[in-house]
Amino acid sequence: MTNTLHRFGARDSHQDDYIVFAMASKGINDEGVCEKLQAFLRLALKHGPVNLGHGLHGGMYRPSENLTPLAHWSRSEGGDPEAVIRGVDAPSTVAAVFDDLAKVEALLREVKAADLGISVNISGLTDEAHACCKRVGITRHSIEYSLGFHGDLNQLPDRRVLELSTMCGHGMVSHNFARKMIDFVRENRRTPQQAAVYMARFCSCGVFNLVRAVRILERARKGE
Amino acid sequence: MEVDPRKCVACSNCVPVCPMEAIYIDPAVNRATVNQEECVECHACYRGMSKEHMNPTLVRGVRRVLKWFRVRFDPEPDVCPTSALTSQDLSWPRVIRRAFSDPLVAHESTGIAGRGTEEVKTNDVTGRVQEGEAGFTIEFGRPGVGVRFRDVQKMTTALARLPVEFEENNPVSALMADRATGLLKEDVLNEKVLSAILELKTRLPHVPAVLGEIERVAQEVDTIVSIGVSTRCDAQGDNHLEPVLEREGYTFFRGKTNLGLGRRPVTA
Repeated sequence: MTNTLHRFGARDSHQDDYIVFAMASKGINDEGVCEKLQAFLRLALKHGPVNLGHGLHGGMYRPSENLTPLAHWSRSEGGDPEAVIRGVDAPSTVAAVFDDLAKVEALLREVKAADLGISVNISGLTDEAHACCKRVGITRHSIEYSLGFHGDLNQLPDRRVLELSTMCGHGMVSHNFARKMIDFVRENRRTPQQAAVYMARFCSCGVFNLVRAVRILERARKGE
Repeated sequence: MEVDPRKCVACSNCVPVCPMEAIYIDPAVNRATVNQEECVECHACYRGMSKEHMNPTLVRGVRRVLKWFRVRFDPEPDVCPTSALTSQDLSWPRVIRRAFSDPLVAHESTGIAGRGTEEVKTNDVTGRVQEGEAGFTIEFGRPGVGVRFRDVQKMTTALARLPVEFEENNPVSALMADRATGLLKEDVLNEKVLSAILELKTRLPHVPAVLGEIERVAQEVDTIVSIGVSTRCDAQGDNHLEPVLEREGYTFFRGKTNLGLGRRPVTA
């Protein structure tokens, strides 16, 4: 699940985008891991994540099975982090998305002290993550770099669409839906926040960064 | 995936939602229709859209009246108003479309959901990639393009000729008929999936040759190839892969950092 490795954008576009995720290795240290994953999420929640997610049950922002027509006027745009934590009932990846490296650093201090014994990774700018680890007193174990997209790049959409759609690495936010949301914002039919929530509901493991999405949509609105 | 024509009101909400552009409104029947050849069974439409359970006849009537008055129908864009999308039972080989495309379905070969791989994320526990080695994740079809396994096979057969070791616990490796040649099982070659990840490792001195071959084959396949490359850091947290990538001319600033907080359970 290289779900967060290849998020598209120039370096500056990733300054408010860090995903901290925890998981166990299947068949090695995954026994009784659900409590540890919940403990990780509880620690993360204290530091104001933009999104939380569980690989099998979704993120803070989820689709509904039973909407009524009244939802057109009364639908909640808020997320439900407690539902994510309550729903951890099987080993999988849990993730917390942050828009500020200082929050990540504060979380790492607590995760290190908690000594959960499960793998924890930061997905984001690697030099910033490295510096953050040093400040917390963690020596990074391994590193994986994204070398980007190759091949027939003519098949890809424009950069604004890509910046939005690749925030769900599983591809659940389609290019056309991201483009539709950009159009909705430019036509003032929806606010950037509303458009970001629509997209986040499609991201089935909760790694979509709504703060970054709103920023991208605001710039797209003005054609920047 | 199918659309129930008795329920569909042709509101078009599901059309842009499909990552493969496989859903369209068929003018012959005025209903959403799924191009089964292009559908990868990712269930983005079925699971991602919220569902109302409105009466289709009523909705069609209201929409017809609104259209007559040139009033724009502006529904919530992530809602199927009549719950018309229908998931099907799949059989081999089509079932692998869902296994590789729906992130909530675990791969039988690895038991892992998503794309079925752990990669460097649990390297602190598995020790899969060591110092002096480089682990590759070569992803096909991402973002939002899709790939047929005949294109994946072009890469697996090319890389099998190099000094690489395909990852054992990987869904693409599990589809190989012959790991020595990289040939995949014949009956999966025409299947299309949203994304497939090939994992392998090699020694650091072979990294330029492997990257060169990946780049070469990427120009021959009808999809996008995303490259990830990883290594184990030394005791100071530094790594010897970075200078290799810089010498090869790659620009890289984003990635995953494994903090090394995982451990194997203590056994008696």
